[in-house]
Amino acid sequence: MTIKHLEEYRDPGISRKILARIKKNSQKKIRLMEVCGTHTMSVFRNGIRGILPDTISLLSGPGCPVCVTTQNEIDAFIALSRVDNVIVTTFGDLLRIPGTASSLQKERANGRDIRVVYSTFDALDVARKNPEKKTVFLGVGFETTAPTVAASIIAAKEMHLENYYVFSAHKLMPPAMNALMEADDFEIDGFLLPGHVSVIIGLKAFLSFFGKYRVPSVIAGFEPADILQAISMLVDQLESGRARLENGYQRAVTFDGNKEAERIMHGVFETVDATWRGMGAIPKSGLKIRTAFAPFDAQKVFDISVPDSEEPAGCLCGEILRGIKTPHECPLYKEVCTPTDPVGPCMVSSEGTCAAYYKFSGP
Amino acid sequence: MKIEKVLLEHGSGGKASHGLITDMILPPFVNPILSQLHDGAIFDIDGKRLAFSTDSYVVDPIFFPGGNIGDLAINGTVNDLAMCGANPLYLSVGFVIEEGFPLTDLEKILQSMRFATKEAGVKIVTGDTKVVPRGSADKIFINTSGIGLIPDHVNIAGHLARPGDKIILTGSIADHGIAVLTQREGMTFGSAISSDTAPLNRMVKSMLSVCKDIHVLRDPTRGGIGTALNEIAGKSEIGIEIYEETIPIGDQVAGICELLGLDPLYVANEGKLLAFVGPDHAEEVLATVRDDEFGKEAVIIGHAVAENPGKVFMKTRIGGTRIVDMLTGEQLPRIC
Repeated sequence: MTIKHLEEYRDPGISRKILARIKKNSQKKIRLMEVCGTHTMSVFRNGIRGILPDTISLLSGPGCPVCVTTQNEIDAFIALSRVDNVIVTTFGDLLRIPGTASSLQKERANGRDIRVVYSTFDALDVARKNPEKKTVFLGVGFETTAPTVAASIIAAKEMHLENYYVFSAHKLMPPAMNALMEADDFEIDGFLLPGHVSVIIGLKAFLSFFGKYRVPSVIAGFEPADILQAISMLVDQLESGRARLENGYQRAVTFDGNKEAERIMHGVFETVDATWRGMGAIPKSGLKIRTAFAPFDAQKVFDISVPDSEEPAGCLCGEILRGIKTPHECPLYKEVCTPTDPVGPCMVSSEGTCAAYYKFSGP
Repeated sequence: MKIEKVLLEHGSGGKASHGLITDMILPPFVNPILSQLHDGAIFDIDGKRLAFSTDSYVVDPIFFPGGNIGDLAINGTVNDLAMCGANPLYLSVGFVIEEGFPLTDLEKILQSMRFATKEAGVKIVTGDTKVVPRGSADKIFINTSGIGLIPDHVNIAGHLARPGDKIILTGSIADHGIAVLTQREGMTFGSAISSDTAPLNRMVKSMLSVCKDIHVLRDPTRGGIGTALNEIAGKSEIGIEIYEETIPIGDQVAGICELLGLDPLYVANEGKLLAFVGPDHAEEVLATVRDDEFGKEAVIIGHAVAENPGKVFMKTRIGGTRIVDMLTGEQLPRIC
């Protein structure tokens, strides 16, 4: 896929046509959730909320990996960075997330070896070039990134690399969507399903969710025309009173997904119950490294135990991640919690709902 | 959480840098010239108006497509002076070199500096060299300072933009930041992306020769055009509206920003400028810029308004509106 090809999905003419269709068809007041943080960012970057008719409310969901990482996991990452001889490698988003008493960014200023990488293969490279040290990659993400992390573990095994480890805090999207629907206070009429996650797991992965709840759901891409198209499909479903599971991102997402990526992911990880920030424990929603790969499992190799922590008082990240509250309803938003001095992860991650609201709707 | 140490974020050119400078670095030295917080200081000596500027260069890697730390250090200070409306004249150079640095690399850097000074028409008239033990600095750091003369009729500063001013951008954005990043990370995406590092003093001179109605000049280096526009909106107490579809960006650069999740509005440029020009003269200045070898792709990207002082808004391609805020966090460290 070239950028030129992508440009077509940014074509103002196409977007305007879809928007006109939405405006014509949308009569009922509806609440739609964009599950994925990258959708949230694109909605803001393109000013989509402002051009939609008043009938449509867009709420952001739990699809920001850093935001649903628990305080305990963040504290464990920080503790890991303090272990002698350890190099921590991570995607950049995690650096500024506040733990109970510190952040990786502050630990780095204190002299801990914490490096931002762009892929797990950069992390492998760090391990290879520093044989006297132990390199740990912080695995935070959904089905989108978990396969490449799994592939790095397989590669490390093949290379007989004995100083590379992964701390797996990966989470799975469909179980979280079930959990959203089960909550009594959840009122969403339709979902824009995550595009990147669906590239890996395919439309099939949402069949059981859809079969159970029959809520209008459309897989959406990330360009303005993609998002508007998915909204238009949801409007059509809701106006006609039909609920369907549809693929609005057919140039990238298939019914089966990427079978090879899934095979690698499930070969290295097993599905376990996991705790999500703001949402609590969700059955079968996390990925743990299988026993066969135990020598690469940072949670087994390093003795990291951190005291149970509580989420900061007043922080509404949980309700915001579930689309029950918007950032404006949080007493901390803009008052004490800003991107410069964040309280909760939703204000830090570039995909976080609060950060997006703050950045694009102004202080 | 209280911050007790300097974080890399403090060097981003965004909110944290601004906080560190205004809360801590300015107070002990505060005076009216310093408080302008322009690219360079502007002051009078014996009836002559001078611009004086300094900048340190710590770019990693020191060699990148389109340039190296040497020409960057010359062009950077030349441009800072030009953004004051000055004709850059004399530069100083300070080197901090790490023990073990190859002399062949030093030679390459010096030759680029020589070439850059020639191209910009400036002279290096004083300098200093220090060598530190291995590990105490990363290869080589360069500081340059410079002075220039400001012609009588010229009055340019960050606080002088007015509602109605058109905003000229002299070419594509984000080339330098992405060139350095891809080189540093060893990313190969087809043909290499080149830094846009270039001296802009001749362009500024021609602009000023055709028009006295230029109010603000800024080279959007670290922090990109997003940060530069925010600073101007704040100092001039005006609102700014820009149009996404007018902003030039290379296909490859846009693609890499997309892949890495970087917003090109906040990625550094080293050979572009933003000019706030009175509306009646904007087309004339634009034509002059386009005649310059570094301004062929120049466009008007927006205008200043009286409403929403201090804020920058962007009309998106699909007709939406978004705020362009100051950068928080470190988008790319050590790009200059």
